[in-house]
Amino acid sequence: MGDMEATLVIGAGIAGMQAALDIADAGFKAYLVEKEPSIGGRMAQLDETFPTLDCSSCILTPQMVSVGGHPNIELFTYSEVVEVDGSAGQFKVKVRKKPRYIDVDKCTGCGICAENCRLKDRIDSEFNVAMGRRGAAYMPFPQAVPLKYTIDGEHCLMIQRGKCGKSPPCRDACPAEAIDFKQAEEIVELEVVAIIVATGFDPFDAQLKPEYGYGVYEDVITGLQFERLSSASGPTFGEIKLDERPIKDVVFIQCVGSRDRTLGNPYCSRVCCMYTAKQAHLVREKLPEARVTVFYTDMRAFGKGFEEFYDRVREERVLYRRGNPSEIYRRGDRLVVRAEDTLLAKPIEMEADLVVLAIGLVPREDADDVTGLLHLSRSGDGFFMESHPKLRPTETEVEGIFLAGCCQGPKDIPDAVAQAKATASSAIVMMSQPKDKPAADQE
Amino acid sequence: METDQTILERCDLWGCIQCGKCTGGCPLSFKTTLNVRRLIYEALVEGDVNPDGMEELWDCTTCGTCVLRCPKEVEPVDVIVALRTELVDGGIIPPTIRDALTSVFRYGNPSLMQPEERADWAEGLGVKSISDGADVLYFVGCIPSYDDRVQKVAKALVKAFHKAEVDFGILGVEEKCCCNEVRRVGEEGLFEYVVEEQQELFSSCNVEHIVTTSPHCFNTFTNEYEGLDIKVQHYTQFVAELIDNGKLAFTGELNKVVTYHDPCFLGKQNAVYDEPRKILQSIPGVEFREMDRTRDRSLCCEGGGGRMWGEGTNPEERLATSRFEEVLSVGADIMAVACPFCLLTFDLAAKAGGYDEKVQVTDIIELVAEVI
Repeated sequence: MGDMEATLVIGAGIAGMQAALDIADAGFKAYLVEKEPSIGGRMAQLDETFPTLDCSSCILTPQMVSVGGHPNIELFTYSEVVEVDGSAGQFKVKVRKKPRYIDVDKCTGCGICAENCRLKDRIDSEFNVAMGRRGAAYMPFPQAVPLKYTIDGEHCLMIQRGKCGKSPPCRDACPAEAIDFKQAEEIVELEVVAIIVATGFDPFDAQLKPEYGYGVYEDVITGLQFERLSSASGPTFGEIKLDERPIKDVVFIQCVGSRDRTLGNPYCSRVCCMYTAKQAHLVREKLPEARVTVFYTDMRAFGKGFEEFYDRVREERVLYRRGNPSEIYRRGDRLVVRAEDTLLAKPIEMEADLVVLAIGLVPREDADDVTGLLHLSRSGDGFFMESHPKLRPTETEVEGIFLAGCCQGPKDIPDAVAQAKATASSAIVMMSQPKDKPAADQE
Repeated sequence: METDQTILERCDLWGCIQCGKCTGGCPLSFKTTLNVRRLIYEALVEGDVNPDGMEELWDCTTCGTCVLRCPKEVEPVDVIVALRTELVDGGIIPPTIRDALTSVFRYGNPSLMQPEERADWAEGLGVKSISDGADVLYFVGCIPSYDDRVQKVAKALVKAFHKAEVDFGILGVEEKCCCNEVRRVGEEGLFEYVVEEQQELFSSCNVEHIVTTSPHCFNTFTNEYEGLDIKVQHYTQFVAELIDNGKLAFTGELNKVVTYHDPCFLGKQNAVYDEPRKILQSIPGVEFREMDRTRDRSLCCEGGGGRMWGEGTNPEERLATSRFEEVLSVGADIMAVACPFCLLTFDLAAKAGGYDEKVQVTDIIELVAEVI
């Protein structure tokens, strides 16, 4: 590992990548651990970003490439931190590299394995939020870093049943002979000065609001699914359509799973108002004749350029109606959104061809494991707790462990990046301390 | 009842963000001027609401959709019930509802029926009195005790109990109205009076288990009888367990397409969704089909909250009638219910709308009784 002082960054979304890049640019080592086969995180799934309408992958991909090629960053993808010992200045960390069943040194990323996988198009694609399919041999998206294929052991027939036809077609077809079903998991031990936690969030599970019929009606989708639908690299190549039926009425519903005490999610998710405004704009751009309606309770456009963007979207003939819809049901082959327009003080039924639920951000399902591993605390909302909400917003109660991005609470991309840079700075301060504590090293 | 308090003092409303999910989901909102979201706002702004002349307050069925949907844990229906209480205390009350309340006070049932005839339905069925000792108290309820149609439900349940060898008894002429609806029309004083009596009676029975016919009795016993330390189940929960444990076996078949309508006081208010479906799906031959609006999105039959005794301001378009369009759309031969109020409102709507030739409205337990 060399003599270079190092920091561990857990999670390679936009926050984790930014922190690792800053640390590496400052001349220190960053170990970047990512659970998924590729770095990039949630931002890689987004189409355009509010309020500037930058193409998300256009600004993200160069960052990913920089991370992948940086001499001071050591990347562990498809890997998890399983043990952390020691304390600030000398954390001892174990990382489990899950078997990819593909030798990444040999894999050229040609995709012939995926083409030949017997489960091709039979597994819901996580990247396309179940709006597209993949095989057991897959690459999550074309800009993945590393640009290598992975065989998903939870589905692969060879791994699950020890047998895939007479002979596994992926292995037979791979020209680089990269496929190795005997690959086992590997534990790597690291020593680091500081740890940056950038594990991100989970999108809210819309089925927990059964009144909207998510999972029952295929024309009710989530905001994240809309991103994939609208993305040129998505399942419809950017066309807003679910099947052959024309989409004339699009309804957006805000605050789904946020500001909701009944779910234990009392907080505002901070990004939904604006991503909805952006999505309404995208619908208008792609379907100029569609009727676009956004149901809202309170509009939160607090960031730089946000209110101006909200103005623009309304002027593009997007109708904002005040009221949180209460129910969705079917009438004939169309959806009916039932609400009260609270400004009219009248109950309304609105027919729709597509309903987009502005789902909020929730703590990750594995947040408990991470708190256990690192002895972190969680605040009332379930996100990781900072040590002081005003003066130490990126530090934790554990010296040497820092929080970046949405694992600490919902935030948009610039806020996540700013926080990441703050944690990188804290880690760099620690790594820059002269090493004159031999007594501590003997521990 | 402290009715000199303002609505704002009596109901916890400051958490409201006026999102409109309550009125937006209210099944009555298209046929009434009653707007509970607006009432809450008025209470917040003015400090109080004057219910005088608000006839539409009697439209609410207290189905609980507003409470279920509220993201801020405000209970909008409380405002309506509190305003009804003010009206009741002031003697302003629809005559038919007043008669029902007087009847509960005098006879222990809302239907002006004689208390000594309460257990007549059970004659010759071999049902014992709970005073003879039994494991389970079967709380029959007012409508199943007196109404010709709904008595069949009680009888069917008795058949199932016997078949499964359940050791049960009834209160007989001692049984009185549970007062779930009494409370919902705003007669809090009468509710408290009867509850006290009833709780003492239950305690004296030495049972560990009460089973009810009606989701309304089940609701108030479970959530509002504060001193009651006895397990209470709706019969669908109890019977589903009997089937699960192999104590109730089917001997016949029912080759019909059946759909199920969730009663509000069982589903939306107490989250009992699965057991009724489990029973129906376990009946040999039954093809169970779900309607579009089901479970949390089910529609109210318009029978609760005192509406059995009062028509409301818009009697023409009954929700129960529109429900039949959905029943027909899934091709059901039978619409199964699990609530005496639902049974009566749908029975009536079926006859009025001419649906009774195509669809049979039946309680779940009647279907069970046919095949055991």
